[in-house]
Amino acid sequence: MEVLLAIMVGILYASGIFLMLRRSMVKLIIGLILLGNGANLLIFLVGGVVKGKPPIIPGDLKTIADAYADPVPQALILTAIVISFGLQAFAIVLLKRAWAVVQTDDLDDMNTTDQNT
Amino acid sequence: MSHILVIIPLLWQMVLSITLIFCWRRPEWHHKISIFGSIIAVLLAASLMGQVLIQGYVTMNAGNWPAPFGISMVADTFSATLILLTSLAGLCVSIFSIRSILDNRISFGYFPVLHFLLMGLCGAFVAGDIFNLYVWFEIMIISSFVLLSLGGQKQQLEGAVKYFTLNMLASIIFLTAIAILYGLTGTLNMADLAGKMAAVENKTMVRITATIFLVGFGIKSAIFPLYFWLPASYHTPPAPVSAIFGGLLTKVAVYAMVRVFTLVFPPDPYFDNLLISLGIITIVSGGLGAVIQGNIQRMFAYLIICHIGFMVLGLGVGSKVALTGLAFYMIHDIIVKTNLFLVGGLIYQMKGHWEKKRVGGLFADYPWLSLLMIIPLFSLIGIPPLSGFWPKISLIRAGIDIRQYWAVGAILLGSFLTLYVIAKLWADAFWHSGGDGIPRQGFLYFAQMRLSDKVSMVVPIAILAMISLYIGFGAEHIQWLATRIAKELSEPENYIKAVLKPVMVKGGTP
Repeated sequence: MEVLLAIMVGILYASGIFLMLRRSMVKLIIGLILLGNGANLLIFLVGGVVKGKPPIIPGDLKTIADAYADPVPQALILTAIVISFGLQAFAIVLLKRAWAVVQTDDLDDMNTTDQNT
Repeated sequence: MSHILVIIPLLWQMVLSITLIFCWRRPEWHHKISIFGSIIAVLLAASLMGQVLIQGYVTMNAGNWPAPFGISMVADTFSATLILLTSLAGLCVSIFSIRSILDNRISFGYFPVLHFLLMGLCGAFVAGDIFNLYVWFEIMIISSFVLLSLGGQKQQLEGAVKYFTLNMLASIIFLTAIAILYGLTGTLNMADLAGKMAAVENKTMVRITATIFLVGFGIKSAIFPLYFWLPASYHTPPAPVSAIFGGLLTKVAVYAMVRVFTLVFPPDPYFDNLLISLGIITIVSGGLGAVIQGNIQRMFAYLIICHIGFMVLGLGVGSKVALTGLAFYMIHDIIVKTNLFLVGGLIYQMKGHWEKKRVGGLFADYPWLSLLMIIPLFSLIGIPPLSGFWPKISLIRAGIDIRQYWAVGAILLGSFLTLYVIAKLWADAFWHSGGDGIPRQGFLYFAQMRLSDKVSMVVPIAILAMISLYIGFGAEHIQWLATRIAKELSEPENYIKAVLKPVMVKGGTP
């Protein structure tokens, strides 16, 4: 399972970077979303994938003896998902506005702010 | 020990934003609330600063969870100083915004977002937990996206697309680094990480993580190969927005870099050399970029890059003298860069153009204001009694101490390039009687403004110029402060002890 997830994370990062390097605005935002999801999966993965072991100490014990599912990465992912959701929503609106104003979805044409007048 | 004072400055900014949102339909109240609130914010930041100077480290654990488990907020001298400077810059920017932010931007929530941005900054400076730092960074960048794109002009939106893409990418890289860090050590508390990081067997992974952090913070702080988004976007929004970005946003990334590389990662000569080389190239490329710019704000944007190089270089050298220089430089830079963009905004208001060649004749038209504007410009260069001069002494001495003559050369070259750029600006915009002389239709020139509006544009520049003068002439005090910061940064044991105190008592072994 962990190997599978690791490969998945790799694919998400690679395709995200690839899409970001294309010239289309839509591909840019899809690339960013894939990268964000890749990062979230990575956090999930580094916590260790454990099945059916909640981090709850049984009543008669002081500590957890066994391996358990680490709750911290899950809390982190939850935060990161919410943040990236907000950012992506903003990004889509921004790109739509930019498309409406600049009249192109080709990122190579958006170069007026780079030029020295 | 839990001390609520640590989070008071950021809570106050949040209260201000929410109050402003409740006054959404009364945009004419916004600047009054904002200025009054910013004055209180400066006082609160000053009281935190006082507490830190008396007590040393002031820490707070959220929800009273003991340190490595809960989220800690820590204010040391570095954090407290930066929060104070942030509040001062915020005050000046909100005064300047009265006139130079148009009413339609204010009614779409300019001031609430500005205060959310300041909240993010205050939070980032006190975060003692690396994931918490990430969250503050996100608050900061999302507010900055809104500020940058508010108004929706073509240029702004183009700049915002670039700014947005690269900053979001940097955040994802930062998050990736946090994930790997957690995988390696199983903790996110920076003080706890310091100990566990040194114990990690797999040194290659430590280096890889450090590199990912460097790339993430490098994009945000605009160091050499990663800075191209900055000059493409910083000149597009109105002057006060550029001022708060230029003064604080890149500096907070440098702050994070300093924290991570002095506290979390063990000293590593590879990274020291890398940072020194990056610093040198950043100084040279930023300086040379500034030389050819015609647009005043774009020129200042390149100067930001040039001067980020000084700080990265100081971090790379890493000795106590270098860190003193770094801290002093950052204190000077926040004030002077904020002021610089405000000066740019004032010049625009006086002449109606951003182009250096089309401005002309400022000194003949406004002799006294020109003399005021010369203070930040000369402080930036570091003409001896002024503020930019003193940190460079420390940086150069630190470079000579470890025989990094290239670094010393780069600092001198960077100062020289800044001198050249500012001298050219002075000659073109102030002395030269140029300008096309054709008044722009429908543009409210500075000369035609009401007196109260004029005052609102000049007062913040004057306040910041006075602070610059104090940093220059009262350099002894600032040097004392910077030395204290450097001492704290180079002896992280005390930081760790202050944060992890409760656990230490239980565990018994330090």
